Amino acid sequence: MAELTYRDAVARGIAQEMARDPDVIFFGEDVAKPGGVFKATVGLYEQFGPKRVRDTPISEQAIMGAAMGAAMTGLKPIAEIMFSDFFAVCFDYIANEFPKSRYMSNGQLKCPLVVRTGNGAGSRFGAQHSQSVENWCMMIPGLKVVAPSNPRDVIGLMAAAVRDPDPVIFFEHKSLYPVKGEVPDGEIVDTLGTAAIVRPGKDASILALALMVPRALEAAERLKAEHGIDCEVIDVRSLVPLDTQTILGSIARTHRVFTVEENPRLCGWGAEIVSIIADEAFYDLDGPPVRITTPHIPLPAADVLEDAVLPTVQRITETVRRSLQS
Amino acid sequence: MAVADAQKKSSRADTAAPETDTAAAVPPLTQEQELSAYRQMLLIRRFEEKAGQMYGMGLIGGFCHLYIGQEAVVVGMQMTLKDGDEVITGYRDHGHMLACGMDPKGVMAELTGRQHGYSKGKGGSMHMFSVEKGFFGGHGIVGAQVPLGTGLAFANKYRGSDNVSVTYFGDGAANQGQVYESFNMAKLWMLPVIYVIENNQYGMGTSVARASATTHLYMRGRAHDIPGEHVDGMDVRAVKAAGEKAVKWCREGNGPIILEMLTYRYRGHSMSDPAKYRTREEVEKVRTEHDPIEQVRARLLSNKWASEDDLKKIDAAVRATVNEAAEFATHDPEPDPAELWTDVVR
Repeated sequence: MAELTYRDAVARGIAQEMARDPDVIFFGEDVAKPGGVFKATVGLYEQFGPKRVRDTPISEQAIMGAAMGAAMTGLKPIAEIMFSDFFAVCFDYIANEFPKSRYMSNGQLKCPLVVRTGNGAGSRFGAQHSQSVENWCMMIPGLKVVAPSNPRDVIGLMAAAVRDPDPVIFFEHKSLYPVKGEVPDGEIVDTLGTAAIVRPGKDASILALALMVPRALEAAERLKAEHGIDCEVIDVRSLVPLDTQTILGSIARTHRVFTVEENPRLCGWGAEIVSIIADEAFYDLDGPPVRITTPHIPLPAADVLEDAVLPTVQRITETVRRSLQS
Repeated sequence: MAVADAQKKSSRADTAAPETDTAAAVPPLTQEQELSAYRQMLLIRRFEEKAGQMYGMGLIGGFCHLYIGQEAVVVGMQMTLKDGDEVITGYRDHGHMLACGMDPKGVMAELTGRQHGYSKGKGGSMHMFSVEKGFFGGHGIVGAQVPLGTGLAFANKYRGSDNVSVTYFGDGAANQGQVYESFNMAKLWMLPVIYVIENNQYGMGTSVARASATTHLYMRGRAHDIPGEHVDGMDVRAVKAAGEKAVKWCREGNGPIILEMLTYRYRGHSMSDPAKYRTREEVEKVRTEHDPIEQVRARLLSNKWASEDDLKKIDAAVRATVNEAAEFATHDPEPDPAELWTDVVR
């Protein structure tokens, strides 16, 4: 067991898979010699060499297209898009190419690639470098979408993503890079499509993703200590596939549900989950599902403004308390 | 090179000299090669004519982009390739599939949306693949295949093979941004990719001269130090000769190369395009003076490599193959609805 940052876990996760399988290659902008703009891939270039770990031109379409071209022949590229906002620059590959190839080719074409990307706010980068765009990818049939919240999950889900035969979009949260966590020694391989109950509780279920997980956990502790409300916190981890069993099972026990989402409110991932809950678990509910989200506005840059729009521990605590005590 | 002349007339002040001119001396084909090219091109021509008829009869729906007029490009290029080389193209893909050796029945049945189409009805005209035959699609978004073909070349180099990726796109796609991202990456990493620009003079309904600031598309790699050559794409001999040089260039590790094939599409952009943006005379002139199949036919006859009778027999055999494909594609059952849920990412 070692304590590792989320940032270092990224490098360890990639290294674990590259050491295992020579078909795994890694490329992106500033990822090799510079070690990544967030320093999440330091050491990979030195360990695996310039043939397998490459700095690319600033050409997101070529990066995505070349990754898929290589993947069609059986290589397993891990490609980085530095900021998830840049998905918009190369969305043709994400929306039209990766996810359709297996279906349109009668199963002949495989697309075993992973796109890693820095997602989310907290760094005051403004509206074009801070977005949470996991919902952009969740809505496209043919993509798998994961967003780990801690170093152990980074390694385990990276391994699962690399070993998966389909395209996986791997959202790393920029504000989690410096966060430390306990990580077991040796190989870690997790399973896509599994949520984790990170805090058991009986009064309400709080569903959260990535940076919102530690905030939801802190809110749950506060709700317990200050208001005697015992919340179950679920780290959704994987939006596609979605672990509806864990989510619906929790709601069957707690009878209330809250989502904590960093993506903007309209068509955020929680809207889909709440819709599933309405279909599958309506009569388990003792009250309406509540979504705690960023509002439907572009993200501002200034500290005070950015802090005002993201769901905070305070907002989560207050929203849950008011909903349960009203 | 009447097509090239027509293009020069319509182009703006492109004053730079061509880097090479293949028109000077076109190496001949052998009797066997001429006969093979004739059969291959005729198969594409007759297949496409049949597809056009079947579209008109309502047996084929959706988009249907015919390759008629451009047959020499893919047939000539294919003569230069070996096992393990990859081919990828855009949506005008029926000719490429047939040239790669895919079964006409499977291609036609995909056009009619039937069970034994290459994609079991889930791809359609623009999205068919045969990994076995080295054909990686069939891509519907203009220019999207260019980075993909670059990635195929990356994989060849990574694995240390001397295989090449032949990445086709049109004059329209030549103005898409991802093409230039690919050029840069391919040259930077010295990837074995042949970018074949099929300049058929029109991107949808807009002529090259009306869409492109510079119309010598083979020069589009110059900023990346990628050599380019313009080729009479109506002459299968010229295509093969240029293809051989390009393939050698790539196999020997010199990085990417561009071949601009000057060709002509006889039909509209798709079946729903009446092509009123050009004159009937313009089309007729190319058809009568530069048809790629007629050129081979004339040489076969004048060299006495085939008699009228021999050619009639080839024509009959090709028609039989195409009719068989059409028959198959008409009577093959429609896909089972359960097919919707196969090869799904879950």
